[in-house]
Amino acid sequence: MPFFAYTLLFLFLPAASVLIGAFQKDTSGYTLDNVRALFHHPYIDAYWGSVKLSLVTAALGGVVGLFIAYAALREGTPKWIRGALTTFSGVAANFGGIPLAFAFIATLGPLGVLTVFLKNQLHLDIAAHGFSLFSMTGIGLAYLYFQLPLMILVIAPAIDGVRKEWREASANLGASQLQFWRYVGVPVLMPSILGAIILLFGNAFAAYATAYGINSGANLITIFIGSYYSGNVLNNPHLAQAMAFGMFIVLGLMMLIYIPLQRRAARWAK
Amino acid sequence: MAYLELQNLQREFAGGVRALDGIEVQLGQGEFLSLLGPSGCGKTTALRLVAGFDRPDEGRIVIDGKDITNVAPSKRDMGMVFQAYSLFPNMTAAQNVEFGLKIRRKGKGERSGRVGELLELVGLGHAGDRYPHQLSGGMQQRVALARALAIEPRVLLLDEPLSALDAKVRVQLREEIRRIQLELGITTLYVTHDQEEALAISDHVAVMYRGRIEQIGPPAEMYSRPATPFVAEFIGTMNRLEATVSDPTSGTVEHGGVTLTVDAARGRTKGDRILVLIRPETVELAPENGSNPANTLSGEVIAQTFLGPVTRLKVVGPGADLIADVSTAKAATLPIGMKVTAALPVTDARVLELSDEGFEIAEEPGQAGR
Ligand SMILES: Nc1ncnc2c1ncn2[C@@H]1O[C@H](COP(=O)(O)OP(=O)(O)OP(=O)(O)O)[C@@H](O)[C@H]1O
Ligand SMILES: [Mg+2]
Repeated sequence: MPFFAYTLLFLFLPAASVLIGAFQKDTSGYTLDNVRALFHHPYIDAYWGSVKLSLVTAALGGVVGLFIAYAALREGTPKWIRGALTTFSGVAANFGGIPLAFAFIATLGPLGVLTVFLKNQLHLDIAAHGFSLFSMTGIGLAYLYFQLPLMILVIAPAIDGVRKEWREASANLGASQLQFWRYVGVPVLMPSILGAIILLFGNAFAAYATAYGINSGANLITIFIGSYYSGNVLNNPHLAQAMAFGMFIVLGLMMLIYIPLQRRAARWAK
Repeated sequence: MAYLELQNLQREFAGGVRALDGIEVQLGQGEFLSLLGPSGCGKTTALRLVAGFDRPDEGRIVIDGKDITNVAPSKRDMGMVFQAYSLFPNMTAAQNVEFGLKIRRKGKGERSGRVGELLELVGLGHAGDRYPHQLSGGMQQRVALARALAIEPRVLLLDEPLSALDAKVRVQLREEIRRIQLELGITTLYVTHDQEEALAISDHVAVMYRGRIEQIGPPAEMYSRPATPFVAEFIGTMNRLEATVSDPTSGTVEHGGVTLTVDAARGRTKGDRILVLIRPETVELAPENGSNPANTLSGEVIAQTFLGPVTRLKVVGPGADLIADVSTAKAATLPIGMKVTAALPVTDARVLELSDEGFEIAEEPGQAGR
């Protein structure tokens, strides 16, 4: 009951207000204009930018995080590595926003410590190679800073659930390590991997302050919404609500892809 | 000639635990040998060395004349059945059984034929399509057995495969394992802490204690001729009477102020400390009637434990502390509190040297588990 009240108050009411606001006119009455505008430049491009950034950082963070987590958790790895990684991930996964943006600018910005070090000491001019922290690639790199640890945190329990007996039985039956992962490890983990990746997608899709701190003009839907609310470009809150509504729709579409995949991957567990 | 040999296997784990301290075992082809011992004695460690999941610090594992000590587990052709939860959860029973054949790139037709046969063999012809979580514990172990047999392993290894099952299924399945083993003639190394199980299904039993093999032999011999105090205690139940040799020529020994004549004590040195071993079912109890025949202890019944056809009585008195198994019908005539005499079959009783080095069994033999 308290949970129900809580979800009603903090989840459904805001969602409903966004939903209704998206279809309201500036003056009074209802309209489809705001939602229709989403399908045109520049909004559609901003959605596409957000989706691409989220997909890429979720996929990269997911795959790399999976490997790191497995390497740290499997038996034979010293216990302290596991402890250190979990603690670090717990902190890093929640490190975001302006502080993270600042940290990246100080490290990888045009005058960042690492950029300068690479240029002066190793004669590697990353800017000349086309890298800019203010580009989507740069923002993606910063996102990976919290995406990777989040993946590690979320997938760790599932990796712990891969029993030693399965690995040994598989070796006993003649399978190589690779064959074990192909036929047993990955299929068993797949439902958890898919779940973690959709979480990472949502995490990146809704992120705002990190991107804003690095490049306040980035072509991302959350930055568009932010600029409307701070009121410096246009003053139509209903258009901002329509954009937020559009984000719900994108997440809904992701779920439509995710759910059947998930069902397929987990059919043996029913 | 031995088909599988474990030669002087030693294994010490980090932290100084000597799990194996020189294990010597030989199995003939088609032989069923059980490693039996209390928890922590090194049974699993030994089996894992044979399977290749762990390497010995010293010693060799030889199969069919070839040293395989350093061969990878996937190249050993050993079929292993684990204690529990070893089936691949994402595969059906049939797919689990098929796994080893698929890895060996057998053709589809051959594979499905073989899977069908094996599932039949373990009595699960109807359950091939089920996933592991849809099978009972006993069924899962049957599938695990079929999966291990599918690759026609050179040796079948089983690590307490029945210990997670309930008593009835355990007895039923152990008979089936033995039946299948005999049918296929497969060399088998079986690990258990359950002495009844080991005696029931093995050709040979090796009793392990603290990383060493105490005695190895056919079940009947292990039961009737235990070679060490530990084996005597661990296999079945045994009364162990501490005694001192008083006359080596006649075989007279003294136990708690009572004189017993034990044939096996003849020829020892006067003053030797020995253990006289008496099985509870060989003790003859009778109500005390004033007479005091030779080789008889007297005491009071202080406990009765109903074991089905027999009842186990504990008799304690001056110089007597022993258990006797009598028929349940007879036990009714010997109620708790009754003074009784216990006639011991000492003439053909076994005798062991009592070494200074004691031993202890951590858990009740036969019911140990973890
Ligand atoms: N990987 C390991 N690292 C450290 N010590 C170990 C390891 N494996 C086993 N041991 C120790 O070695 C000893 C023998 O263990 P093992 O598992 O072989 O016993 P077991 O006879 O199989 O016992 P159980 O009946 O409880 O299964 C134990 O003291 C155990 O704690
Ligand atoms: Mg064990």
